[in-house]
Amino acid sequence: MRFGFNFWLGATLTALVIFAGILAPWIAPFDPVFNADLMNSELPPDATFWFGTDAQGRDVLTRTLYGAQISLTVGIVSQLINSLIGVTLGMTGGYWGGWWDDLVSGLTNVMLAIPSLIFALAVLAVLGPGLPSLLIALGLTNWSWTCRVARSSTLSLKSQGYVQAAKILGYGDMRIMFTQILPNMMGPILVMATLGMGSAVLSEAALSFIGLGIQPPSPSWGSMLTDARQLIQLAPWIAVFPGLAIFLTVLGFNLLGDGLRDSLDPHMRTRKP
Amino acid sequence: MTAPILRVEDLHVRFSMSGGSLFGSSRHMLHAVNGVTFSLAKGECLSIVGESGCGKTTTALTILGLQQPTEGTISYRGQPFTGPNAPTRMQRAKAVQMVFQDPYASLNPRQTVRKSLSAPLRLHGITAASEIEARIEVMLKNVGLTPEQANRYPHEFSGGQRQRIGIARALILEPEIVVLDEPVSALDLSIRAQIINLLLDLKEQLSLSYLMISHDLSVVEHMSDRVLVMYFGEVVESGGWQQIFQTPAHPYTRRLIAAIPNVDDRISTPPNPKSRDLIVLKNAEFGTDTRVTPDVFRPPSQSKLIEIAEQHWVRISSV
Repeated sequence: MRFGFNFWLGATLTALVIFAGILAPWIAPFDPVFNADLMNSELPPDATFWFGTDAQGRDVLTRTLYGAQISLTVGIVSQLINSLIGVTLGMTGGYWGGWWDDLVSGLTNVMLAIPSLIFALAVLAVLGPGLPSLLIALGLTNWSWTCRVARSSTLSLKSQGYVQAAKILGYGDMRIMFTQILPNMMGPILVMATLGMGSAVLSEAALSFIGLGIQPPSPSWGSMLTDARQLIQLAPWIAVFPGLAIFLTVLGFNLLGDGLRDSLDPHMRTRKP
Repeated sequence: MTAPILRVEDLHVRFSMSGGSLFGSSRHMLHAVNGVTFSLAKGECLSIVGESGCGKTTTALTILGLQQPTEGTISYRGQPFTGPNAPTRMQRAKAVQMVFQDPYASLNPRQTVRKSLSAPLRLHGITAASEIEARIEVMLKNVGLTPEQANRYPHEFSGGQRQRIGIARALILEPEIVVLDEPVSALDLSIRAQIINLLLDLKEQLSLSYLMISHDLSVVEHMSDRVLVMYFGEVVESGGWQQIFQTPAHPYTRRLIAAIPNVDDRISTPPNPKSRDLIVLKNAEFGTDTRVTPDVFRPPSQSKLIEIAEQHWVRISSV
């Protein structure tokens, strides 16, 4: 399988963010929460504080590195929940058809009609802010596209000879779905999940920005932006670095997803002379 | 000829087609298969021929249990194959298997040949690794492949080799009946003869019964013992292959046979002048004007099968 430039750029960016998150406790120069020192507040970037300091005098570099942990956790866990729900509903709906398919398709259309961020807000309003509720809120609201892709893939795979052959050989429905259909639609599902991680990181930042996501003093990129909002003209570095981190992470996931799609889908593959 | 192992009696399959607009819906019944009756004996190759959409594939799917009949019964060795006492998929699998038309779509691209062949054995309770291995080895040799090729994926094989794998998969559970759905029509002309001969050899060797669906009459002529001609859901003629190919009675059968390309036939002659003399029935008596497409949404017109020679049946209008 050949991977293009997009894939490798996306993979590099994603790998950087993952390493930053995992290695944060060792490579970050300060403690993300407890090194607050008002004597050092709002210092511009210098040799000690590479990314400057925020209003409480905390190191922006340290908090940005730790922020990767939260963003990645949210991106990966919420997307796992989304894929699980989407694939289960879409695959069974497409395979069995009938009333169950009507129900799944109807539910998917309803979910697509509700703006997912607003729905996530409603879930968070019920569950209260915090990381676990954020994971649930984002995990329950973004499965509709995955479900559609899983359903349509199942519909087209269902008529393939090898699925019919499996039926004739006596395979049960569940066994057919897991051994014949699921492995053959992993490509598009993986692409959807990777692209979804990017949007989940953005949603996390947005929800934390309006105060419903990660609560201070935990270092989330979204809540760092909230803190920076009032100081954006006096100390722009407090906003620029977490903003840049969000940008590069989402770009990384999107490029990775695009690159995966290009190399997994033969129809999208560009032919080189 | 021994006693039949599979009997299909008065099989009807109708599909409900709902359509219409917001103001009033209409329901049509599509008559896919209308009163098809036949039996299949052990060691026999019965071919169902006819054009696309004539119901031959639907008939086969009903036997395989992938389609429920609207009316009629199918029995296998005296046991019902349809209705409330129908066997489960697992039980049916050991009786009937299928070889598919398209060797590229009929193998799971993510499974090696070994996996494709061992999974059904495991599913049917054969768990000893040595036995599975032995059976795969024998089966691959039977279909003309080497045991070393078992670790490869389908995309590493050619079309003909894939069809051999498809045949191996159909035979791995040792079924008695194999449905061949256009088994060679997707293959290169040079490979066809090899696969046809392989199928004929396997039939002898494992005493299989074949139910072949085809519109390629040259293959049918070569392989079949008996032929069933279907036209818009009905059997219009049935008989031994010699009867069908040498003395076709129904105008539709004649047209089918006339359509076989023949390299020796440079001057266009009627397909078989002799047959005209033998059959005394006139075209009008068949009730089926093959120049007009029948309406599949209407129940078929009154007609019946009559025996014009021993075991040679043809449909005529009974109105």
